[in-house]
Amino acid sequence: MRYVFLIYLEEAKFAVMEAAEREAFEPAMLAYDEDLRGSGNYVTSSALMAPSEAVTVRTWDGRLAATDGPFAETKEHLSGFIVVEARDLNDAIQLAARMPLARAGSVEVRPMRKLAGEAED
Amino acid sequence: MTGGAPDALPAVEAAWREHSRRVLATLIRLLRDFDLAEEALHEAFLAAAATWPRDGIPANPRAWLVSAGRFKAIDRLRRRARFDKAAEELAREFEHEMEPAADENDMAIRDDQLRLIFTCCHPALPAEAQVALTLRELCGLTTEEIARAFLAATPAIAQRIVRAKAKIRDAGIPYEVPDGPELPERLDSVLRVIYLVFNEGYAAHSGAALTRADLSGEAIRLGRLMAELLPDAETFGLLALMLINESRRRARLSPEGEIVLLADQDRALWDRGLIAEGAALVDRAFATRHIGPYTLQAAIAAVHALAETAEETDWDQIVALYDVLMRAAPSPVVRLNRAVAVGMARGPDTGAELIAALLGEGELAGYHLAHAALADMLRRAGRPRAAHDAYAKALELCRLEPEQRFLRKRMEETRSLGGGDA
Repeated sequence: MRYVFLIYLEEAKFAVMEAAEREAFEPAMLAYDEDLRGSGNYVTSSALMAPSEAVTVRTWDGRLAATDGPFAETKEHLSGFIVVEARDLNDAIQLAARMPLARAGSVEVRPMRKLAGEAED
Repeated sequence: MTGGAPDALPAVEAAWREHSRRVLATLIRLLRDFDLAEEALHEAFLAAAATWPRDGIPANPRAWLVSAGRFKAIDRLRRRARFDKAAEELAREFEHEMEPAADENDMAIRDDQLRLIFTCCHPALPAEAQVALTLRELCGLTTEEIARAFLAATPAIAQRIVRAKAKIRDAGIPYEVPDGPELPERLDSVLRVIYLVFNEGYAAHSGAALTRADLSGEAIRLGRLMAELLPDAETFGLLALMLINESRRRARLSPEGEIVLLADQDRALWDRGLIAEGAALVDRAFATRHIGPYTLQAAIAAVHALAETAEETDWDQIVALYDVLMRAAPSPVVRLNRAVAVGMARGPDTGAELIAALLGEGELAGYHLAHAALADMLRRAGRPRAAHDAYAKALELCRLEPEQRFLRKRMEETRSLGGGDA
């Protein structure tokens, strides 16, 4: 079964960190991805740009409306995601628990849903 | 896949079914960690799928998988050392420990499975967590499957499992088979979990599905494993009890999904093979002379199962067994069942009197089956109006749809008869 790890980070938390500590996350996350590849769990992943770079789009009532930033204003922002293949939810939780960024932010483990009529991989 | 073994992939699948739980049990001992062992198991099977088609199926697949799992765990810890300092030290430690001999004797493997079941059913863990952990680690069910079986939300089950594993780690629950004075109590805990799984599958608490065969099947599998690994009166007794109850599965519901009471069941639908196996286990348990509550319940079930017709049931024998059970494991429900048996042996008036007295004590007042049993005795005693009231009370307390339909039917029958009695 596929699960997505949604990684939420709080900027204030990173701002108060030592530079070395903050910078260590990037190579650690790359090594983590490599670990997931090695165990056959990795599907895909990406880091995301800051919410200040985002635009939210709606076409309610048929009219295009584009607003700055993310839909909701929260302290934690979606900063990246990883898609994994795992045996079950506990397997996925176990993998997520090893993620270096789980020590600084929060990781939402969400089962992915196949829509009816969607092609098998 | 040229020149290799064309049957290797089905062989990997067969090895998963046959060995995965045993390999896991051994890996937990070697790696001293559930999570690490589960990952190692997963990787060992990936390695098997990659190499068996090329190199052929190893002579001893189980030993091959244990060895591969151990190496994979060390590899993985090495890889992880780049972002997890503790991993490097652990990898070094495992590397220096002696690799288990490929022909590690069967006794050690047997003990690993027992270690796993005793750890999953450790009394320090909440009862619900014991059940979830046992189904996942010993039966190989996924979290999602367990959640479906218990009509629970998957995240709730997942958290139960996470907390249970953390508790095992933090409390340092040892991965061992208890012995000495500790054993009876610990065994009791294991048997209770298995019986709970069986009953959950046999009679669902709520909702339309009255029987969930999968859980009962898993419980019987665990019961067989325990009877094989730890031959003891009560492991035989529990397995016998489950087998005899299971033998009636096809007769318990009508084709329309309605409940059929024991007395009204078509005995031709009972599985004679399961009954014979259960009865033989009861005999084996009695022969040990250490007779416990499961054996006594199984013996009662066997008396029912061996009667050719409901009328031929040896109720005196059943009352005698309940008397012993009352001494071994007294409980209000056992008293209720005994009262019903007395009613069958000595007449419904006596039965109704006993059950009414029990209800008067209060402990069973909220138990729908106690009111249903009283109603049945009153009906047999020719007191339809009082029976009608007791059925109404039972219906009010009952949550299971097929049981509700049954009670409603009986209630209507007694209403139509309920002209003049008091």
